[in-house]
Amino acid sequence: MEIIFFYLVALIVVISGILVVRCQSPVNSALALVNTFFCLAIYYVMLRAPFMAAVQIMVYAGAIMVLILFVIMLLNLGTEAKKRYTQGIVWSSLASLLLLVNVVYFLKRGQVTDSVGDITAYTVQSFGHTELIGKALFTEFLLPFEIASILLLVAIVGAVVLAKKDV
Amino acid sequence: MNDLVQNALLNVNIAAILPSLILVCFGMGLLLINVFLPRGTTRHAVWISLIGLAVTGFFVYTGWGNPQYGFNDAVAMDNFAAFFSITFLVCAALTILMSDDYLRREGYPVSEYYPLILFATAGAMWMASGTDMMTIFLGLEVMSISLYVLAGFFRGQVKSNEAGLKYFLLGAFSTGFLLYGMALIYGVSGSTRLTEIGVYLKTHASLLDNPMTLAGLVLLSTGFLFKIAAAPFHMWAPDVYEGAPTPITAFMSAGPKAAAFAAFLRVMEYCFFTLKPEWTAMLWVLAVLTMVVGNVIAIRQTNIKRMLAYSSIAHAGYVLVGMVAANEIGYSGILFYMLAYTFMNIGAFAVLVLAGKKGEDNLTLEGLSGFGFKKPFLGVAMTIFLFSLMGLPPTAGFAGKFYIFAGAIKAGYIWLAVIGVLNSAISLYYYLRVMVYMYFRDPEEDYAWVAMPGAVVVTIIIAIAGVFYLGIMPGEVMELAKQAVF
Repeated sequence: MEIIFFYLVALIVVISGILVVRCQSPVNSALALVNTFFCLAIYYVMLRAPFMAAVQIMVYAGAIMVLILFVIMLLNLGTEAKKRYTQGIVWSSLASLLLLVNVVYFLKRGQVTDSVGDITAYTVQSFGHTELIGKALFTEFLLPFEIASILLLVAIVGAVVLAKKDV
Repeated sequence: MNDLVQNALLNVNIAAILPSLILVCFGMGLLLINVFLPRGTTRHAVWISLIGLAVTGFFVYTGWGNPQYGFNDAVAMDNFAAFFSITFLVCAALTILMSDDYLRREGYPVSEYYPLILFATAGAMWMASGTDMMTIFLGLEVMSISLYVLAGFFRGQVKSNEAGLKYFLLGAFSTGFLLYGMALIYGVSGSTRLTEIGVYLKTHASLLDNPMTLAGLVLLSTGFLFKIAAAPFHMWAPDVYEGAPTPITAFMSAGPKAAAFAAFLRVMEYCFFTLKPEWTAMLWVLAVLTMVVGNVIAIRQTNIKRMLAYSSIAHAGYVLVGMVAANEIGYSGILFYMLAYTFMNIGAFAVLVLAGKKGEDNLTLEGLSGFGFKKPFLGVAMTIFLFSLMGLPPTAGFAGKFYIFAGAIKAGYIWLAVIGVLNSAISLYYYLRVMVYMYFRDPEEDYAWVAMPGAVVVTIIIAIAGVFYLGIMPGEVMELAKQAVF
C-alpha cells in the first residue's frame, strides 16, 4: 500500500516539477513549485519525520513561496517570455541522458538504503523525532546554529546595502 | 535532560572560536556605530576594523602551538587554522587600507563596506578551523554572501552589478554541489564530523568503491574547486574579478581562495585519506588543466584586471600541485604560497588602484604606457610584484613555487613539476608585457594621474616588505608552516 502511495506522490512531484519549468506564466510556475514542496513534505511524513514535514510546509510552501509570488507581482512579470530555447538542445539532451545513465548505474550498484550512525529507527521511535532535532541543534550543532545567525545578519545587511535608494 | 544540558555546556570551549568571535563582535559593533554617525564618514570604520583585525591577530598569535577543540568537535583552532587565519587577517587588513580612498574617488563612501569585509574574514576563519561539515558549510556561506554583496557594491556601475549577480548565481549553484556532496557523505557514514567520517570509511573498506562515496567525494570537490576557481570551474572568475571594485578583486583572489584551500585540504586529509590515490589522480589532471588554461588565456588579455584574474587561476593550479604531492613539503608549501600570494597579488592590485582615473578605471595595457616614468615608485612596486608573480628570486613567489614543486618531486611527480615550471615560463610573457608597456612605451596623452594617498602607499610598502621578507628569508615562515600541517 505504502509503495503505491509512494509512486503516486512521485508521479505528482515529477509532473509538477516539469510544470515549474514549462509553464508560460511565472505565477503558474510558482504555484507548481508549491505543489512540489507539498509533495516533498509528504515524503518527510512517510519517512516518519513529521516535524520536518511541518517545517517544509511552513517555511518553503508558505513563507518562501509568498516571497517569490510577491517578487513576481512587484516586478510585474507577464507571460511575454514565450521564447523557446532551441539552442543547444542536442547537447543538453545528451548531458541529461548521460546523467540518467549515471543515476541508474548508481542505483544498481550503490548500497543506498542503509542506516548508519547514532540515529536509528529505534531511537527515533523511543526518543521522539522533534526532541532529537532539538537536542542535536542545541548540543551537537550548537556552533553551526550560532553561525547561522551571523549568516542571516550578513544577508540582511547585504540586501540593505544593495537595495537602499541613496547610500 | 539535565545532564544533556551539562554535556552541552562542557563542550563549549570559547577559546576555540575566540578570534572569530572577536572579529564578528567588531563587525557588529561597527554596524551599530554607523547608525549614529552622519553618512559618508568612513575614516572611523577603517580604524575600528583595523584595530579589530589586529586584536584578532593577537589572539590567533597567542594561541599558536596550543590547539583548542570545542563544541563537540565542530571546530578546532589548531596551528593549521591559525596559520590560515593570519593569512586572511593580513589580506583583510591590506584590502581595508587601500579601500577608503578608492571608495571616495568612485563616490561610494559607504561604511557598511568594512563590516562586510570583517564578516567575510570571520567566515573564512570558520572554514579553516571547521572540523564538521556544517561549520565549514556555514563559514563558506557567510564568506560568500559577504563577497556577493561586495562584488556588486558599486550599484551604479553596470559591470559591478554584473559581477555581483554572476557571482551570486554561479556561487549558489556551486554551493548546491557542495551540499549535495556533504549529504551523500553523511548518508554513507552517518556523521558530519570529519574525523568520524574518516574512521568510518577506514573501518568499512567496502564503502570505498561504493558509488555513493565516490559521488559524494566528487561533488564535494566540485564545490571547493569552484571557490578556488580551478579549471574547468573557472568561468566566473574573469568576469567577476573584472567587474568588482578593485580592492575587492584583490581580496577575493587571495583570502577566500586560501579559505577554500584550507577547507578542501582538511576535508580531504581528515575524511578521505583512505581514498588518497583516487583524489590525487583526479587533482593531477585538474592541476595541469588549471595551470595551462590560466596561463594560455592570460596571454590574450588586454585588460590588466582580466589578465590578473587568469593569472590567479594559474596560481590556483600551482597550489593544486602541492595538494597532489600530498606530503609535508607540499602541504606546508600551500600554506606558505597562499601567504606569499596574498602579499604579491594585493600589492599588484593596490598599484592598479592608483593607476586609475576617477569614474573610469584605467586598466588596459595601453593605458599604462609610460606609467613607470610618470610614477617611478608605483612602477618599481609593480615590477617587484610582477617578478614575484612570475616566481623569480629573491621574491616570495620564487620561494613558494620552489617549495610546492619540491614537494611534487619528492612525491615522485616529476612530470607535474616539469609542467608547472614550463607554465611559469609561459607566464613570463604576459607579466613582462606589462613592464614593456610601463617602461618602453611613451604615453599617448598627458594623463592627470590620481594623487597617491598615504594609506595606499602604506599598503604597497607593507606588501613589498612581505614579498621580500618571504623571498629572502623563507625559512622561518616555512618552519611555522611545517608545524601547522597535519
